[in-house]
Amino acid sequence: MSEAAEITFDHVTKRYAGRDVAAVDDLSLEIPAGAFCILVGPSGGGKTTALKMVNRLIPFDSGDIRIDGRSIRNLPVVELRREIGYVIQQVGLFPHMTVGENIGTVPRLLGWPKARTRERSVELLELVGLEPTDIKRYPAELSGGQRQRVGLARALAADPPLLLMDEPFGALDPITRFRLQTEMRRLHSEVGKTVIFVTHDIDEAIQLGDRIAILREGGLLAQYDTPDAILAHPADDFVAKFIGEDRALRRLALKRLSDVKLAPADGTEGHARVSIDTTVRNAVSLLLDTKADRLLVEGRDGEVVGVFRFSDAGALL
Amino acid sequence: MSLLIGDTVIPSFGKGSSCVTGDHTFCWDWVREHWGDTLGPALWQHIELTAIAVVIGFAIAFPLALLAHRFRKLEQPFGIFSALLYTIPSLALFQFLVPFTGLTVTTVEIALVAYTLVILFPNIAQGLNSAPPDVLEAARGMGLTRLQTLTRVELPLAVPAIVGGLRIAVVSTVAIATIAAFLLPKGLGYPIFLALKEPTPFKTEIYSAGALAVALAIGCDGLLVGLRRVLVPWVSKGVA
Repeated sequence: MSEAAEITFDHVTKRYAGRDVAAVDDLSLEIPAGAFCILVGPSGGGKTTALKMVNRLIPFDSGDIRIDGRSIRNLPVVELRREIGYVIQQVGLFPHMTVGENIGTVPRLLGWPKARTRERSVELLELVGLEPTDIKRYPAELSGGQRQRVGLARALAADPPLLLMDEPFGALDPITRFRLQTEMRRLHSEVGKTVIFVTHDIDEAIQLGDRIAILREGGLLAQYDTPDAILAHPADDFVAKFIGEDRALRRLALKRLSDVKLAPADGTEGHARVSIDTTVRNAVSLLLDTKADRLLVEGRDGEVVGVFRFSDAGALL
Repeated sequence: MSLLIGDTVIPSFGKGSSCVTGDHTFCWDWVREHWGDTLGPALWQHIELTAIAVVIGFAIAFPLALLAHRFRKLEQPFGIFSALLYTIPSLALFQFLVPFTGLTVTTVEIALVAYTLVILFPNIAQGLNSAPPDVLEAARGMGLTRLQTLTRVELPLAVPAIVGGLRIAVVSTVAIATIAAFLLPKGLGYPIFLALKEPTPFKTEIYSAGALAVALAIGCDGLLVGLRRVLVPWVSKGVA
């Protein structure tokens, strides 16, 4: 497999025995290599089922799933799984193994030399924001957030081209969750893997994904697009309701002042200043807060580079 | 030991200090004098009876538990069978076996092994089933085969329960093995058995053999606690 894999769902259907409604109904998705793809939807939407079909934890009835063009049906299941990073909400660290042994699980299965596994573990600990000295600790000695960081490092250990994440931050407190979401974004841009990420939280989907697949009850795909396109043009009432009535503000949260065509500054006095990296949503909030008609925008060197007005926000939508 | 006419008939009693002949509460001099011919050998035989029973019991219970773990349907019948075994009073079980295997070590060991099975089987089975579902899912998702999951995840996680089972099995076997004296002149039960047969039970002999049995049980238990600490470093280190 290449560094990042391209995933194709090709008319995939799954029906659980004894249920009338399909869990996943004729799902077709193209996930480009290196994409951060979110599967989101209410419970009963089949998002976890869809995810677990990729590493064959759940078999599907019809259709096909391909990784870089190869059908997963034709790959030996154990080898398939060793080439896919897997992260779950409850983390599932092995309690009797140290952090280092947990991270080294798949490399050990693949027969890597000990020194290389160790080196890789230290490297990964740093990547996920833990200390190299944590390598000797046991899971019971870690906080929930630290455990999920180890879970992530373990999934990345053998450098898989695809990462499956099943509500990985769902059990964390809001502060830890936010921190891990931010780092997940950074990590994705650093390692460039394809990620398929399941969540029921549309905010998390919008914040993390560069592609979002919204699934509805009965395992039907309601819409598949970039966050901005979904917010701008929800496909139907279900999607519109699911993303919420404040979708204009949500879109503004995805954009920064650096995306705005700013008018040149005529004077530098008497107005609040904001950084050019501020989201447009926060800039609008500041305008409302200060009851002003404009904000002065500072470049990264602190110089004023332009003026932001309320109408600039409207022009983005 | 030679008997002189006029001595008391029971060899371990009779001669000796006024403490012994007066059957005072506890006579150290009797213990010292009879360590070599009575208490020491009895202790050693007791250790032997216990060790054989636990080792054989474990050798039977472990594969049975693996089988029950692999084929879950077997767990209940195995469990019921062993629970039924446990309800049979040990003396009755000895009596039941004598017609088949006679007044032999085999009879005693069959009964003792049966009791260790009852304790070890459910403990090992429960230990093997104790891996949390999320841990098993992670193992499967990462591409561990069934056998790798067993040897690398389920077995290590079963160690606390297995050692826990061994502790109960050893301590109870040490206790039950004293009853073997009803069949055989072996173990710490035998001096007690003899002392009780005296016209007036000889206290020192009962107390010293009893105390040795208790000390043996505590000692074995301590060893197993130490073993657990070595094998399971990950439990005691927990902060959560």
